[in-house]
Amino acid sequence: MTTFDLNFAADHFTLFGLPRAQSLDLESLENSFRAIQAQVHPDKHAHAGDADRRLAMQWATRVNEAFQTLKSPGKRARYLLSLLGHDPQIESNTAMPTEFLISQMELRETVIEARAAANEDALDAVRLRLLNEIKVEYQRLAELIDVAKDFAAAANLVRQLMFQEKLLNEIDDALEAVTA
Amino acid sequence: MALLQIAEPGESAAPHEHRLAVGIDLGTTNSLVATVRSGMSVVLNDVQGRPLLPSVVAYAADGSVEVGYGAEAKQSIDPKNTIISVKRFMGRGRHDIAHVETLPYDFVDAEGMVKLKTIAGVKSPVEISAEILKTVRNRAEASLGGELTGAVITVPAYFDDAQRQATKDAARLAGLNVLRLLNEPTAAAIAYGLDNAAEGIYAVFDLGGGTFDISILRLSKGVFEVMATGGDSALGGDDFDHRIFCWIIEQANLTPLSPQDARLLQMRAREAKEQLSQHGRVPITVKLGSGEYVDLTLTTEVFTEITRTLVQKTLVPTRKALRDAGLTVDEVRGVVMVGGSTRMPQIQHAVAELFKQEPLNNLDPEKVVALGAATQANLLAGNRAPGDDWLLLDVIPLSLGLETMGGLVEKVIPRNSTIPIARAQDFTTFKDGQTAMSIQVVQGERELVSDCRSLARFELRGIPPMVAGAARIRVTFQVDADGLLSVTAREQTSGREARIEVKPAYGLSDDEIAGMLKDSFSHASDDAFRRALREAQVESQRLIEATQSALADAGDLLSVLERAHIDAALTKLQTVMIGDDRRAIDEAMQALSAATNEFAARRMNQSVQRALSGRNVDQISL
Repeated sequence: MTTFDLNFAADHFTLFGLPRAQSLDLESLENSFRAIQAQVHPDKHAHAGDADRRLAMQWATRVNEAFQTLKSPGKRARYLLSLLGHDPQIESNTAMPTEFLISQMELRETVIEARAAANEDALDAVRLRLLNEIKVEYQRLAELIDVAKDFAAAANLVRQLMFQEKLLNEIDDALEAVTA
Repeated sequence: MALLQIAEPGESAAPHEHRLAVGIDLGTTNSLVATVRSGMSVVLNDVQGRPLLPSVVAYAADGSVEVGYGAEAKQSIDPKNTIISVKRFMGRGRHDIAHVETLPYDFVDAEGMVKLKTIAGVKSPVEISAEILKTVRNRAEASLGGELTGAVITVPAYFDDAQRQATKDAARLAGLNVLRLLNEPTAAAIAYGLDNAAEGIYAVFDLGGGTFDISILRLSKGVFEVMATGGDSALGGDDFDHRIFCWIIEQANLTPLSPQDARLLQMRAREAKEQLSQHGRVPITVKLGSGEYVDLTLTTEVFTEITRTLVQKTLVPTRKALRDAGLTVDEVRGVVMVGGSTRMPQIQHAVAELFKQEPLNNLDPEKVVALGAATQANLLAGNRAPGDDWLLLDVIPLSLGLETMGGLVEKVIPRNSTIPIARAQDFTTFKDGQTAMSIQVVQGERELVSDCRSLARFELRGIPPMVAGAARIRVTFQVDADGLLSVTAREQTSGREARIEVKPAYGLSDDEIAGMLKDSFSHASDDAFRRALREAQVESQRLIEATQSALADAGDLLSVLERAHIDAALTKLQTVMIGDDRRAIDEAMQALSAATNEFAARRMNQSVQRALSGRNVDQISL
């Protein structure tokens, strides 16, 4: 038997045999994900009894959920902070630095205008700019959590990222509407 | 491939026993059935050696039903009772159907799904599709010489929940055990990928008779992972026919047509389209019922011109799927062409231009879906040897959302999420003592409910009465590996955990299916009883085999007492299943299932641990 106790209730990092950290080796995550799905996926239990099939669906659902959470740096940070007892309180805590809020409002204005004008290039430009900002913040998150262990600052950054990720979705929606 | 060398869960107890499993491509225009024979996927022909079964069903006054070529021959004589392209009506209301005014049928706009009034009575698209599936099943059983263990039925990747549910209901009605609903482009990717040992990013461009799908997959080390899918479930070869049909009417200045003439012109339009894939120009000559002649020539140039917008309609979802997958065209290694409609030169050109490469046409675009489905059916039935196997990870094509205040949509499960997937959402009551509520589930990408397809209204009943806002009802949305949604709800204020009944407003209930089955037998009750008993026995046998195999495999996970408990339940089922007391068989099955629940959980934990430790060893040795 293996040394770690692995079961349905294990946390996402334990499930994939990965250290609890914000920096993560994507390839290891993907390999673990596939190795586990190769065991639990409903297709592997299609000719088994009802109990097995139900269990396979629950497990596969659980593994997909864990994979999606750990794959995205924003979701991973939110999850990790909660595990470490520093829930970013996304719902209740909406305090943001004024500077950040103003820059976000400006960006949002640009998106609304570009969408109204059906300006695909402008939307692409905002998207790229936002993506780069987000990328830098993802790196900063790893430093704050893994190195500095400044969980309060990380939680603040996670809340800002939620804002930015939402705006990114709006840009994608706008691009879809404009190019359709 | 280390990850697949591990002993597979649920391996067959009798490895030499080959279970009869088929893949069925239930197409808009044609249907096919294939199976794996001596390791090779082959299409099963009819007695005349024809691989295709036209998806046409003809009803007669005496209640008899004809399916296939015979029915097809009747379409211009009796169009009202000869149903073609029924797939377009699956899970659809009257207002959803394109060109409904040009169709010769008597529609009855039933709740949820349209029905058709025929000379043999009112028929739902589910019943009509079931006739096609019954014919396919008979062909397969005659050809394979035995009863089928199960079937994989393919559906367009872009089919929504109602369309998938309708397809599964049709299969049940045809007496098929559905191993899996498989997305058509994914089935094609399996056939292509396994044949060519393909690795990398591939696009599958699937334009059928009535539906269009585009899927982007990553093929790597025995894993077929769908990264994004998109499409249009009401766009296909039929629409190209329709453009030609309209062009004929316009060119020949035809006055309102009789249903017979209309169907005749539609047939000529389709023939012209097919010929244009080989020739630059085709003559269209039709003698109408009035004796009047239509005599025209259609060139490739004109055909391309009148269908330009249709071709464009395939490119929009293709770009969107690439964007969803986070890819550019340069990263796509190959584009696999599927569906008879991809034979049209303008489609070939448009795809080549978009992807900056010649599309792959080395598989028969009409057979590849059925062949892939057969391969998957063979795997799911447990016929493959351990190690000789692959993993398929598919996605949900359309976002699932909930109607919120003011007609807005709140997304619960985003499109292109890998399935199975579940999400929970909490609700509360807004009135004192409220015991029921309804939840409107929508499927689609827009922000407004009116722009999405309303899937179902789920009624939650049996909420314990409390003051307004006190109840906390957790509603879980589960999408299974078939892409089908189920909803469960639970009130979870402390100490008040209650099961809440959830009833979808679409799909057929078990009772309705049973009723339809009963109607389809002449000596109704007797045959229906025998058939239900036979199904229970088959299911029992499957459960017994699966349990025995699990015990042989991992019996050491059980204590002596637990083992004795399972053995007793096993013996009980073996005893009662020989008899004809269906209730006793059902009870014994449930008892065995219950006795093995904990065992199943432990085996699953063990196999997950093995998967991980196996991989860790690999990493160390690297």
